[in-house]
Amino acid sequence: METALTLNHFLFVSGVLFAIGLAGVLVRRNLIVIFMCLELMLSAANLTLVAFSRFNVQEGQPDYHGHVLLFFIITVAAAEVAVGLAIIVALFRTKGTTDVSKIDTMKF
Amino acid sequence: MTFLFFIFAALALIGGIGVVAFKNPVSSAFSMVVSFLGLAALFIQLNAFLVGVLQILVYAGAIMVLFLFIIMLLDVPQEEKKKLPFFTALGAGGIVLAFIALLVVMLSRSEVGDKTLPALEATSGPGTSDVHKIGELLFSQYWFPIQVVGILLLVATVGVVVLSKRELK
Repeated sequence: METALTLNHFLFVSGVLFAIGLAGVLVRRNLIVIFMCLELMLSAANLTLVAFSRFNVQEGQPDYHGHVLLFFIITVAAAEVAVGLAIIVALFRTKGTTDVSKIDTMKF
Repeated sequence: MTFLFFIFAALALIGGIGVVAFKNPVSSAFSMVVSFLGLAALFIQLNAFLVGVLQILVYAGAIMVLFLFIIMLLDVPQEEKKKLPFFTALGAGGIVLAFIALLVVMLSRSEVGDKTLPALEATSGPGTSDVHKIGELLFSQYWFPIQVVGILLLVATVGVVVLSKRELK
């Protein structure tokens, strides 16, 4: 007998994925990989939104306002990646590295 | 349904662990694609068809190509095998474990989370697909935010061009 899927299943996967991304941001030293982990955290939050919109059924349909919010988040994430990678390229040009432990001009 | 959920959730989580664990940034990027495919499958399981397809097209397609392009353009070397500083490992592990513990406690306490997947009304005919519904919402109720997002994309494009120029005058 299969267990029925509950909201908790999806929230737990999303939370663990967020934690993995958080661990990556804290542990990794390569700026590009850190940026990828940020994207992972953003996607994990997206899963929460979709899960809540699916479980909040209105008139027999999922709550489409959540999907619209997700649409905006994906657009903003795309813009953010473009700008972030341009900043990383500019940083690489001046510093010659993407290792965050070697970029310490502002370190006290 | 349930075993598909576990397969795709495992795919998303293993991909996520791969991003953090692989030393080579290119391997990280590819395991990120795996993670996004798993997430997209979960979205589709939640009846969010448009968003699932967008996740594959925009994230696994466009954004990851951009990442791979930059990784190969900069010729990023692998992180040298330096041992993680003790306090970094301790802090990171502590924060992550505390986060997961908090998650488990909150989820086991909440009553909302025990809700099972509610049934949807079967629909057919034109104008009932989720693409149609989302499009209708975007261009009626959310007409202003979509203009703002359009301007945001324009600003981002200009910003990227300015940042990528070799010297600023």
